[in-house]
Amino acid sequence: MSEPVIICRDVHKWYGQFHALRGIDLEVDKGEVIVIFGPSGSGKSTFIRTINRLEEHQQGTIIVNGIELSHDVRNIAAIRKEVGMVFQQFNLFPHLAVMQNITLGPIQVRKWKKKKAEEIAMQLLERVGIPEQAEKYPGQLSGGQQQRVAIARALAMQPQIMLFDEPTSALDPEMIKEVLDVMVELAESGMTILAVTHEMGFARAVADRMLFMDAGSIVESGPPSQIFENPQEDRTKLFLSQILQH
Amino acid sequence: MTTNTSEQQAVPFWRDERYLQVIIQVVLVGAVVGFIYYLIHNLVTGLEASGQPLTLSFLKQTAQFDIGEKLIEYSRASTYARAFLVGLLNTIKVSFLGIILATILGIIIGVARLSNNWLINKLASIYVEFLRNIPLLVLLVFLAAGVFFKLPKVQHAVALGKIAFLTNRGVFVAWGEPTASWPFYVWALIIALFVALVVAVILIRQGRETGRMPLYWLWGTVAFLVVAAIGWIVITLATPQPPLRLSLPELAGRNFKGGTSWSPEFMALLLGLVIYTAAYIAEVVRAGIQSVSKGQREAAGALGLSGFQTMRLVVFPQALRVIVPPLTSQYLNLTKNSSLAIAVGYPDLFAVGGTIINQSGRAIEAISLTMMVYLTFSLITSLFMNWYNQRIRLVER
Ligand SMILES: Nc1ncnc2c1ncn2[C@@H]1O[C@H](COP(=O)(O)OP(=O)(O)O)[C@@H](O)[C@H]1O
Ligand SMILES: [Mg+2]
Repeated sequence: MSEPVIICRDVHKWYGQFHALRGIDLEVDKGEVIVIFGPSGSGKSTFIRTINRLEEHQQGTIIVNGIELSHDVRNIAAIRKEVGMVFQQFNLFPHLAVMQNITLGPIQVRKWKKKKAEEIAMQLLERVGIPEQAEKYPGQLSGGQQQRVAIARALAMQPQIMLFDEPTSALDPEMIKEVLDVMVELAESGMTILAVTHEMGFARAVADRMLFMDAGSIVESGPPSQIFENPQEDRTKLFLSQILQH
Repeated sequence: MTTNTSEQQAVPFWRDERYLQVIIQVVLVGAVVGFIYYLIHNLVTGLEASGQPLTLSFLKQTAQFDIGEKLIEYSRASTYARAFLVGLLNTIKVSFLGIILATILGIIIGVARLSNNWLINKLASIYVEFLRNIPLLVLLVFLAAGVFFKLPKVQHAVALGKIAFLTNRGVFVAWGEPTASWPFYVWALIIALFVALVVAVILIRQGRETGRMPLYWLWGTVAFLVVAAIGWIVITLATPQPPLRLSLPELAGRNFKGGTSWSPEFMALLLGLVIYTAAYIAEVVRAGIQSVSKGQREAAGALGLSGFQTMRLVVFPQALRVIVPPLTSQYLNLTKNSSLAIAVGYPDLFAVGGTIINQSGRAIEAISLTMMVYLTFSLITSLFMNWYNQRIRLVER
């Protein structure tokens, strides 16, 4: 087997005095789909944000696609090209039309020609099911549509890895499915995915591994079958029983 | 089947909101117009009774007073109208320079207030807090009486090399003095401007095609400078005389000769307006940049955009929408505040207007003219800024 695309060794992070990540160890292979879940405040967002350096870790090693994350700005830029991210609040650029939102990165960072970038953007909009919205502005779209544009925007950079931070948590229930459908299709296409989500249906359908985080550590990890049918840790059992009741 | 309510059961018009809105507006406009008519009517009949009807004919009379600073020909023998124009141009001069300089300083201080560097941040905060808490009039009087008029006498001028001398008669600086070949150079400058525009337009076209806008204003400026430099060399060799000769200020007897000079009154007014308004503009800029959520910066960063690209393509265009309306009112404030010139002795529109009133006794006409001018400035600025605001408005559902 080839090298894992993400390697985290003993990653620690403090916010001032607060110890937010307490020694995270994780290796992710190419094409793996990983779902991270756990109580609010357990450090899930902090962890996946260290992978593209939106948060800086203070101890330990993170290697993405063979590049080590350090203070070298060139490494950070190189990694960000290869790692796409989708946020809970979409974070589309409201002053740019959908098409410009998607082509901004490819044109400015990858230095593609506008024509090429727009062709690929159009293909992506078709892939996420909203080709007719290309000329609209984010403010004119529904939440589900916005999140699908955000996914297309991240994919336009042709990343090796996709990070999702609770992509459906800000959506009305009837829009969750349209976003999950896109994510499932993406997972099945062989993309390496790290997703923080509590959509257990999604996890069951496509996750290769699930990580349960609590208080800054990975408490338990395993394939969905094990996590759902036979969790080893009491904390995992308790948390699952709480969220699966609803 | 849906039927209109008003067809179903007729609502009396005094309860129908559609009629009510129109009625209220008509009544309001009527009241305002009536009141204004009453005032003017009173004024006109009153003045006629006292044998002094409203007229602008006094503007043709000779002014018979001097004005210290002028951008156009003016003497005691000129008309009141000309005096007004001199004051008007002085107001435009100080406001125009003031707006440009205050904007530059304000942006620098506004960005400094967001700096992570503790010292820079604190210095900028102190600047803003200090200047926002003193009255402008006090600041102006301090700068005039306490700084610019307190500079040493001409004989003991503070020299900054050979190019600038600070004295209580003003600041004397080296300046280019036009020579016989200057008129040719004006043409060279026009050509340079034309070339710069062509370069900028080509680059903008190209930017539209590739989607990556080049720094067209930078290249346009470079093109202008290059053509201007070539023109300079060609004209110098051909005539043979450089278009401008460097004129250094030199002490000749009891005053400086050569170069150009800025009066203490002008310096005090300009500096006061600039540092005062910059404090407010800094706040406007800071608030604008802070109004762009952290998520926007993170999304741009996650795409791999550099810090500069994020600022230029994501943060600044959004901040501008928040910045422009209050910035407009700061520009208007600066222009209106320039009428405090009278406190430092700078002959702006309002100061000249005051002298005209004293001499001619035409208070109502002169004040009306002055007000009309400020109103026109304000309207032009507002119209332009509104147009600009429309252009950059966010599209929403
Ligand atoms: N910028 C920050 N400054 C201080 N504390 C933070 C910051 N961001 C997150 N935290 C803290 O770190 C912990 C983990 O946060 P987060 O990773 O957002 O949790 P999760 O995504 O699992 O809900 C929380 O206790 C949160 O309060
Ligand atoms: Mg979170």
